[in-house]
Amino acid sequence: MTDETILQVKDLRTYFYLDAGVVKAVDGISFDLHKGETLGIVGESGSGKSVTNLSIINLIQTPPGKITGGQVLFHGEDILTMSDERLREIRGNRIAMIFQDPMSSLNPYLKISTQMMESIQLHQRLNKKDAKAKAVEMLKLAGIPGAEERVDCYPHQFSGGMRQRVMIAMGLSCNPDILIADEPTSALDVTIQAQILELMQDLTRRLGTAVILITHSLGVVAGICDTINVMYAGRIVERGATDDIFYDTKHPYTQGLIKSVPRLDRDTDERLFSIEGQPPNVIDLPDCCPFYPRCHKAMDVCRQKYPPLAQFSNGHCASCWLYAQKDAGSLNLKDGKNER
Amino acid sequence: MSGNILDVQNLKMHFYMGHEGIFGGKKKYIYAVDDISFTLAKGETLGLVGESGCGKSTVVRAVSQLYRPTSGKVLLDGRDLTKLKRDEMFSARRDMQLVFQDPYSSLDPRMTTAEIIAEPMRIYKKRGFFKMSDAEIDGRVEHLMELVGLSKFFKNRFPHEFSGGQRQRIGIARALALRPHLILADEPVSALDVSIQAQVLNLFKDIQKEMGLSYLFIAHDLAVIKYISDRIAVMYLGKIVEIGGYKDLYANPLHPYTKALLSAAPVPDPAVERKRQRIILKGDVPSPNVQRPGCCFYDRCPEHKDCCRQSLPQFTQPAGAAAGHEVACFLFTQK
Repeated sequence: MTDETILQVKDLRTYFYLDAGVVKAVDGISFDLHKGETLGIVGESGSGKSVTNLSIINLIQTPPGKITGGQVLFHGEDILTMSDERLREIRGNRIAMIFQDPMSSLNPYLKISTQMMESIQLHQRLNKKDAKAKAVEMLKLAGIPGAEERVDCYPHQFSGGMRQRVMIAMGLSCNPDILIADEPTSALDVTIQAQILELMQDLTRRLGTAVILITHSLGVVAGICDTINVMYAGRIVERGATDDIFYDTKHPYTQGLIKSVPRLDRDTDERLFSIEGQPPNVIDLPDCCPFYPRCHKAMDVCRQKYPPLAQFSNGHCASCWLYAQKDAGSLNLKDGKNER
Repeated sequence: MSGNILDVQNLKMHFYMGHEGIFGGKKKYIYAVDDISFTLAKGETLGLVGESGCGKSTVVRAVSQLYRPTSGKVLLDGRDLTKLKRDEMFSARRDMQLVFQDPYSSLDPRMTTAEIIAEPMRIYKKRGFFKMSDAEIDGRVEHLMELVGLSKFFKNRFPHEFSGGQRQRIGIARALALRPHLILADEPVSALDVSIQAQVLNLFKDIQKEMGLSYLFIAHDLAVIKYISDRIAVMYLGKIVEIGGYKDLYANPLHPYTKALLSAAPVPDPAVERKRQRIILKGDVPSPNVQRPGCCFYDRCPEHKDCCRQSLPQFTQPAGAAAGHEVACFLFTQK
């Protein structure tokens, strides 16, 4: 991981306009991604993890969705305002994606070779023979035995874990700067998950690829991520280095989340902590802290206004009034200019 | 705990998959559950853990007689369910209820919450198993909703108005409606988010304490199984490979598969994760369409010996293991 920033997301907002109201799926999130960094985005279903990543490569379906504000700077160039031709050069080439379900993201009618060669030929301008050789090489890297023969198989001839290996090979075949992996192991069993995570970590380190890993599993991020964004109801509520998130947790939601996971490595008969209440209804969310109905430290101010981002050491920050008040000292709520 | 509520002996569930060739060649089967035995004591929770395709759900379905087992016995309170006729089975099912994985597809979208929870009572009332007035059923529905943490004001709402966790609570209330002694729970928390999963797990524990229920609890998440279970059975390819108390099994895993499974499960603690040595298994789970003469884990086992391929290891309790901690592996059979 170096200091070179390759992706900057600034105040990104993606809204979905439905009959029932406006869903602010992503509502003003900002973060940086450095070269070779592995960033984890954790959150529960509906918190906006996947929409964040689709917005980054401008793949939001319009309508009903719309990216209503913000910037996504890839090497300083704004993806959201770029021409379609330029976008096509970046997608799949400089920024690649892996999805949760490898069966539905591979075309069942086409051989693996056809699907892999398509992007290799398009982006690297190789001829057919070289493209196929490249595809075989990538499959070998991804640990598929007998890659020369397997490359001409159809997706249904592979098992779930093998299909995900194919997806990883395909994603990395153009040597991208960023690999976005959306729940890459959630559909897999634990022993296969361990294989795939190890493979991803190994390959991206070797190729110097930055990874954005979306997952709901805290165990997965603890193992392989450098930094973590915790999302709740479309916002990043806490962000920081993995150790800071786990050992110096600031936001009550993150604290609750970590405590409510049953642990394999602990022998206690204690009752499991659980966050009370239900996840918020994301339609027409008011502009207050979305977590306050479930928060055991909620105060009056939490109901009135969304908390500003409080900074701690080492890039660790959290959106919570608990810290905003201490930081801002005398806080005047009425002027509404307390965001730092 | 006195006596066993459930006693499963040599249960086999093979699915017929047609013939080889056109002219009635060899019959093909999927050996989904192949000769497993376990007991469940009253008030106890037995966790069944294993990867997808290992036969966990088939065990639940064969125990509840949703599938008629190929062979073996399923004794519920001493009565062999596999021998019962249709209407005898109907009465036996009162004692044994199911909670399903997907809270979206296991509730009828056209029925209100109250109708869903009352349905088992209405069916058994109609068949004359008990007498309950509509008001009594209504009262019981309200009581059940309260028990599982739903406000009774939600009575007339439809399933789509609830979140996943709340729907799972409705499913649990429905399972409790007939006052069963045994609940078979097939991955009841795997479709839920972490914060909701903790709520539902605690609910399962609370109800068990209050009503003295026994659970056969299935999950693929080892940490969830550890939290909920008293004893745990690890399944692989249609067979139980190891069974033991929840603490013993995790502190002292014996079977190479259990070890690999435990080492592969991620722990939400970066320091622990960095130090861990993973046993990464090679390859995938083989297809259950052939009956293996030897150990089912042979192909992927890092410690396999010659004898593993030829004959089937028997359950033994190795020296040094806690009482009731048994394993089927040749590493522990004296020769």
